[in-house]
Amino acid sequence: MNYEFHWNTVFQHMPEMLMGAFVTLHVSVLSMLIGIVLAVLLAIVKMNNIKPFSYLATTWVEIARNTPALFQIYMAYFGLGALGIHLSPYIAVLSALVFVNTGYLVETFRGGFQSIPATQYHASKSLGMNSFQVYRYVILPQMFRRIYHPMTNQFVWSILMSSLGILVGMNELSGETQRLQSLSFRTLEYFIVAACLYYLITKLVLFSAGLASKKLFKGEI
Amino acid sequence: MISIQNVRKSFGDLEVLKGISLDVNKGEVLSIIGGSGSGKSTLLYCINAIETIQSGKIIVDDIDVHNPSTNQDKLRQKLGMVFQQWNSFPHLTVLENAALAPRIVKGLSKDEALSIAEKELIHVGLGDKFDMYPTKMSGGQQQRLAIARALAMKPDYMLFDEITSALDPELVGEVLDTLRMLREDGMTMICVTHEIAFARDVSDNVAFFNQGVIEEMGTPDQVINNPQKETTRKFLSKVLS
Repeated sequence: MNYEFHWNTVFQHMPEMLMGAFVTLHVSVLSMLIGIVLAVLLAIVKMNNIKPFSYLATTWVEIARNTPALFQIYMAYFGLGALGIHLSPYIAVLSALVFVNTGYLVETFRGGFQSIPATQYHASKSLGMNSFQVYRYVILPQMFRRIYHPMTNQFVWSILMSSLGILVGMNELSGETQRLQSLSFRTLEYFIVAACLYYLITKLVLFSAGLASKKLFKGEI
Repeated sequence: MISIQNVRKSFGDLEVLKGISLDVNKGEVLSIIGGSGSGKSTLLYCINAIETIQSGKIIVDDIDVHNPSTNQDKLRQKLGMVFQQWNSFPHLTVLENAALAPRIVKGLSKDEALSIAEKELIHVGLGDKFDMYPTKMSGGQQQRLAIARALAMKPDYMLFDEITSALDPELVGEVLDTLRMLREDGMTMICVTHEIAFARDVSDNVAFFNQGVIEEMGTPDQVINNPQKETTRKFLSKVLS
């Protein structure tokens, strides 16, 4: 084994790598935020069996959880493109990640909701709260606390899965790494640095999530 | 006044209330006793519209509770309810528990809501627990919190659903004392209870429920001390032994 490492080119292009890392973080944060909102709504319609939305929720969950994320990105980019709807690589990857995140989170949230005793709902109702207030002030805060850790796992999954953006020419961390290594053929060096950056991003996210949970969740549930 | 007129309620094929009629006037305390499955808790759930009814009427201060045009959320502000399983909100402090509904339901300012909550908590003896989280408290304290939380909405009526049944025996006293205090305050109350001695002490009327009907109703002296029916006597001898 006489491979000679050359790090100079990687360090020269570090700003572009970091920019790619930023896009990675950006797209995964956004995909989580949108996914959480959609998943809360779908979980509620699914649990309360509100037709026809509950059918939509079920179909969504089934497809999202049982097909590869890669296919969903292809569908969003090439599939819709074939139908004349041209999404940018960023929007295509974002849509696919939102689709998958929502599918998984619906089930996580549904479990979370069901773990809150019905009596919490009754007690809130008996104080005169309307259904929206019950969810907003009593059920959701407790639910989010219970599913917080599964939710951060989903976040990490989104960060790592956004690397599939490489396939549709998105300029996130993997896409940038791919482009830069093809200019210098220092493949190993570039991908080692990219792997370290992924590691740092996920650690940063988990660390922030831990801090936030201390701020957000007081008391015991 | 709460007026219950020939109310019938079924869960599927099982009829749990078979034509219940009774009145509770302002300032009165009614205790409902009876075995499990007799329909007494279900009646409370029907009074504040957590459960629907199949026929009959429940009237609270001229409001027909189950009329589709009734705003049930608004109606429930008149009817405080405390449940068997203490339902404190575990993510909020004791003070926040009691201040939440006055603030978001009645739209009071934060300061107003907090001052009402403080007053009610002091009233039930939790004046030194404002910043605690309820899960750190005993069952008796949590149940008193539930009472204060309901009182903070300034209800006209209070419904108590076996609120001492899930408590350790040594904690029952403090909760019953709180109810006695409410009686002194003149609160109108319906108490579903297994505490026969308590029912005898504080009630104006006692109703004995058996399999979805009112078997016997009258003053505590009539129903508890001198029951007329065999079923009532049997039940009392069982719970008093």
